[in-house]
Amino acid sequence: MDRPEPAAVFPDLLSWESAGTSRIPFAAYTSETLHRRELERFFYQRHWCYVGLEAEIPNPGDFKRTVVGERSVILVRAQDGEVHVVENVCAHRGMSFCRERHGNHKDFTCPYHQWNYSLKGDLQGVPFRRGVKQDGKVQGGMPADFKPADNGLTKLRVAARGGVVFASFDHDVEPLEAFLGPAILRYFDRLFDGRALRLLGYNRQRIPGNWKLMQENIKDPYHPGLLHTWFVTFGLWRADNKSQLVMDEHHRHAAMISTRGQSGAAADVTQVSSFKADMKLEDPRFLDIVAEPWWGGPTAVMTTVFPSVIFQQQVNSVSTRHIQPDGHGAFDFVWTHFGFADDTPEMTERRLRQANLFGPAGFVSADDGEVIELSQQGFEQKPFHRTLAELGGTEVGDTDHMVTETLIRGMYRYWREVMEA
Amino acid sequence: MSAAMLREDAAGVPIDFATYHALVQLYAEYAYAVDSGDWDLWPEFFVDDCRYRLVPRENHERGLPLATLSFESKGMLKDRVYGIRETLFHDPYYQRHVVGAPLVRAFKPGRIESEANYAVFRTKLDGPSTVFNVGRYLDVVVATDRGLKFESRTAVFDSEMIPNSIIYPI
Repeated sequence: MDRPEPAAVFPDLLSWESAGTSRIPFAAYTSETLHRRELERFFYQRHWCYVGLEAEIPNPGDFKRTVVGERSVILVRAQDGEVHVVENVCAHRGMSFCRERHGNHKDFTCPYHQWNYSLKGDLQGVPFRRGVKQDGKVQGGMPADFKPADNGLTKLRVAARGGVVFASFDHDVEPLEAFLGPAILRYFDRLFDGRALRLLGYNRQRIPGNWKLMQENIKDPYHPGLLHTWFVTFGLWRADNKSQLVMDEHHRHAAMISTRGQSGAAADVTQVSSFKADMKLEDPRFLDIVAEPWWGGPTAVMTTVFPSVIFQQQVNSVSTRHIQPDGHGAFDFVWTHFGFADDTPEMTERRLRQANLFGPAGFVSADDGEVIELSQQGFEQKPFHRTLAELGGTEVGDTDHMVTETLIRGMYRYWREVMEA
Repeated sequence: MSAAMLREDAAGVPIDFATYHALVQLYAEYAYAVDSGDWDLWPEFFVDDCRYRLVPRENHERGLPLATLSFESKGMLKDRVYGIRETLFHDPYYQRHVVGAPLVRAFKPGRIESEANYAVFRTKLDGPSTVFNVGRYLDVVVATDRGLKFESRTAVFDSEMIPNSIIYPI
């Protein structure tokens, strides 16, 4: 059906077709004004954002530079072993002073005027604070009432669970466990069950699309069997996979839980036309899958924690995927692959080998970045239009199948509640 | 062999000119192959029991084992070719490798350890050519009855922030 052209291709206001969220305005992805409101309301207030793993900063003085939303912060372990997160902006002249991406320091010093901070962010040194004595007189210096205690780095609230560190600029944010909610906490604790983690390394990609599209990608079980034909070709994704979709009570977080189907030939259960039953890997070690006791059944659980992170378990490959927005039209996507300290060398090798499926070049992930870029291009050319997320209806609720876009509708129900408040 | 035919490279490793020439030819032909769009050419530069790794410099220098791509056999390279051709949706692009002169780090008859800088430019169908991936190859090259082949090729890239995705071989 031809749709009439609207009065304006570039509407001033965001408008939804109904009170529901199954039709998402393109303008939700194209407006810098809305993007800044999202940063305020999702990244800087009332939410916990992922900042890293404790395994990245094992020793006192270890730090990692990262972001909360678009604000540069430093995740650091102080001399007493406690984990802190401070904003990477000097209290004096606002310089983003920490340039290394990781390292070990006894304290932080801004190079501009040598203001010095403890690892906890307290100001402890201001050169020439008391002025300079010259010819018996004191010249200059900071005012007598200058209080170092009032001029430290901005300190974020920190919560760590199972070796994963979250931070918030909002000191009144609810406890992390309440933020995640019991349904999601269960899957979080399944992956991060207290075992020491072992850092395997990073992948970084800049995706020229709105950051929400990555949340939506991992809330969309419709696409894996269709876009990621590699999954289908080699039998990792099958339409008879047992599946479950669960959300927290606000519908902002979700888990896609699946257990690989075993019965019958994959050809009998797929509807994908490109499926080739006779296709075999030249080297089957890509899919040398060994079930692990902690799985407790599911072979894959993809957890989206709104707004900042995705936790991946796809068979033996586990990672965190950090969403770092950069304006409305791009985000950096940082993958941290890890294993567990008690992994055998064979299991570590297996995790590293299966990592070929994921990341910016991965057999089943590179194409996610590509489609996100091209969706953004579609949004930018006609912001008056809207997407359709109506597979499985227009309602929002947990399901025991994957043939639905309910998690996307749920996320936008929450988005509207917060953005329209 | 006369002294004049021996070349002392920067690392002080003597290598005869014919072997060095064959090495330069291997590098040039590899660049040609991965830019040609004929992906089947790529695995043939490797021995069967090979290693190919594409690694962010950060992981390489910190001793972190994760690679962006890590293949452990010629079969895995062929599986990648299948993925590029049949399963990996991507916005099509041309790529163009510019590879520096190889620096020989170790040499004994039949086996060369060498490295070279590289830059890869990407050109999408409706856009300008942009710097896509720059880094250096760290190689072990062996003589076979089919000529020089890579026993291992590790591409360590400075361009850690990948412009969306890497589909074709570097």
